Amino acid sequence: MAFASIHIPGFLIQSVVRPEPALRNRAIALIDGTPPLWTVIATNEAALQSGIQLGMAKSQAAQFCAVEIRHRSQPQEKIAHAALLDLGWSMSPRIEDTAPDTVLADISGLASLFGSAENIARELAARASLLGLAANVAVASNMEVALLASRGFPGITVIPADEEPQRLGLLPVHVLPVSPETLEILDRWGIRTCAALAALPLLDLSERLGQDGVRLHKLARGASVRSLVLAQTSLCFEEEMELEDSVEELEPLSFILGRLLDQLCARLNARSLAANSIHTRFKLDPAFENDSPRLKEKARHSANKKTAAKAYEKSMTLPVPMRDSKMLLKLLRLHLQSDPPAAPILKVSLSADPARPRPAQAGLFQPLSPDPEKLELTVARLAHLVGDSNIGSPELIDTHRPGEFRLRRFLPPREEFLGSNHRPLTVFRIFRPPLPAQVDLRDARPVCVSFNAQCGHVIAASGPWRTSGDWWREDTWQHDEWDLELRFEPVLDQIPHARLAKSPQHGVYCIYFDTLRPNWFVRGIYD
Amino acid sequence: MARNLALLRSQVESALAGRVSAPFAYRDRKIVETVSAGIPEIDSLTGGLPRGGLTEICGPPCSGRTSLLVSALAERTAQEEVCALVDGRDTFDPPSAEAAGVALKQLLWVRCRNIDQALRATDLLIQGGGFGLIALDLSDIPPETVRYVPLTAWFRFRRAVEDTPTILIVLEQEPNAQTCASLVLRLDRETAQWSTRRGAYAGNFTDHPPACLLNSFAVRAGLLRSRMQANEPNGDLRKTGTSEELFPSANTVKAFTGAPPFGVGRVGSLAENFSTERIFKTKSTWSYVSGAPSPLKQR
Repeated sequence: MAFASIHIPGFLIQSVVRPEPALRNRAIALIDGTPPLWTVIATNEAALQSGIQLGMAKSQAAQFCAVEIRHRSQPQEKIAHAALLDLGWSMSPRIEDTAPDTVLADISGLASLFGSAENIARELAARASLLGLAANVAVASNMEVALLASRGFPGITVIPADEEPQRLGLLPVHVLPVSPETLEILDRWGIRTCAALAALPLLDLSERLGQDGVRLHKLARGASVRSLVLAQTSLCFEEEMELEDSVEELEPLSFILGRLLDQLCARLNARSLAANSIHTRFKLDPAFENDSPRLKEKARHSANKKTAAKAYEKSMTLPVPMRDSKMLLKLLRLHLQSDPPAAPILKVSLSADPARPRPAQAGLFQPLSPDPEKLELTVARLAHLVGDSNIGSPELIDTHRPGEFRLRRFLPPREEFLGSNHRPLTVFRIFRPPLPAQVDLRDARPVCVSFNAQCGHVIAASGPWRTSGDWWREDTWQHDEWDLELRFEPVLDQIPHARLAKSPQHGVYCIYFDTLRPNWFVRGIYD
Repeated sequence: MARNLALLRSQVESALAGRVSAPFAYRDRKIVETVSAGIPEIDSLTGGLPRGGLTEICGPPCSGRTSLLVSALAERTAQEEVCALVDGRDTFDPPSAEAAGVALKQLLWVRCRNIDQALRATDLLIQGGGFGLIALDLSDIPPETVRYVPLTAWFRFRRAVEDTPTILIVLEQEPNAQTCASLVLRLDRETAQWSTRRGAYAGNFTDHPPACLLNSFAVRAGLLRSRMQANEPNGDLRKTGTSEELFPSANTVKAFTGAPPFGVGRVGSLAENFSTERIFKTKSTWSYVSGAPSPLKQR
């Protein structure tokens, strides 16, 4: 049995740097506290070298120009911790949520997949970097040894079973889970390494420090044994970023969304999942609340008026589970272009509903069909061009009302299609809306029809055919329909040097008399 | 002059012997796959609709263009291919299309308001890829507006659809794509067939009984351009151009379309079989080699 411990050094700093990779090589100091008493609570190595010290006031830290000052962000820490758990689950189904910055994984049985313990550790470190985290990974047969080694040694550490006391002995005692008072006592005794602590007589140590001393002695020797406390599987995928300056335009917002989507998709990928839908939430700048008529109207219609005006929420349901961040960004941009937020954005939050990825295997004899992800992007672009209500797949409604249909979302059927009853028929072209017409009657039969600035003489007619329906509704209809063959007067060609006038135009039209309105209309033409 | 040409020809052939066989024989650059349009007479006239090419179907209103398009859509959706229709003026009628056999679930309908939207939508669909057939319906847009579409747009469509299995069909009142089109068909309507309870309709229409149905109408189709036809059976023709006029002679294809799909309030049965009188191959409107009389001049 072997265990791998994944520890994020400088977790507070890394959680802030993770959504802003540009800060990775800069000196950063984190401040926290009750305003105005902000103090520095965490720094990276570069900031320490610049002269920043822990506990320094914000005003003092601000004097160091080369140092970036950031506020501690607990939501970012939560997200970074979730990413760390996803990393653990991506390798092993048995992990322990030891601390916000540390995860312990049972890696027994992974040798057949990844090879040696060192390969497993390298794989963990590589996956951590994909998630935006720089991790220390330690592998040992004892989980406490692995934990201490990941906290004490940078990079990748592999400790064989018979070398645990020797390797642990090099670590300083503050790596052990020891209280400040005990640490001070040990420091007064001159005990600064685990080896020195392990060399102390156990009985005397227990008399001076009690059970805590016994526990520390065991840890220092690498002899402490306990069971793994398994973490509950969590399927919460959220990323957010709070902006220092509000964002008004789509282009800079796209960069932020792209970054967040990259991290979200990396976490989904680590868990072998894909996104079924993406939920977007923006916190808007309240300074624009009174100026924006859209926000006012939204607040008026919303039950929770206070939050409706300050937040923008949009959900995007995907036809197939996806985890391609570039494709998701394109879809999100198109959705935002069609329905943009009404005020500048202060905070961006993205969350994904996870689902199993779509298994697809191309076949040699499968009929031609578009790729679902590309199709979704094409349909989104078309919807942005012509409007959401003007694109889709027509579906007939079970009614006798002429020309009734609805447009549903276009999703090519995946099940086997049994073929259609194809026969060559004359089809209809319908005029939307129907064209008003003037009809001359003789013996109750139309002889001349005028519409669209042209006049057609009837040379053949079929009708009248009475159709009606929905008498119980307000939009009831009652039509007398005619199929007419019309001959239109010839029109001289306007192009100079024309040899002949254009021959008379014929056409077979469907017209109807609306008995309720009452007026004549041209429904369409047979073509 | 002719002897010099023959001598030059033999010299070129001997110089290329062993490397190029028959250097003066015309070869198609690539084999074009064609599919059925769903109407056997049209298939026999054209050889089928070409994949990876632009097909123009032009004609005046009520000439059978939409019926031919819907037949092609029905044929493709029956093969489980996904199709798209860019409707330039929102005139597509789903009930009659379904009655003609189109699987509406496999059809993406884009309802546009103007020609600009229609062209951009077509571009997006071609770029998206994966469609068996993309139809651009510009039938109800005035021809003078469609004429203003630059040739570069048609060329762009042709290049975009080339080397893909997508069939691009454009419906319009007159051909505009010129050399960018692989196949250009011109349709014209002949007479409409009306039926009564007593049989064939005759006489003054005011005397006919109420139970009279539009049975069918005949469509005349002419092939204006086809890249699949290299030679005509009438001899050695050289392509010098196309004409929009059809020969009003017996050498046309007559294709009877079926009855309209409506059954509400009508009495009578729809024509189920697609019948023809005689099938004639349309003579292409190419000019002859200089010296021979042009068939146009004979009229």
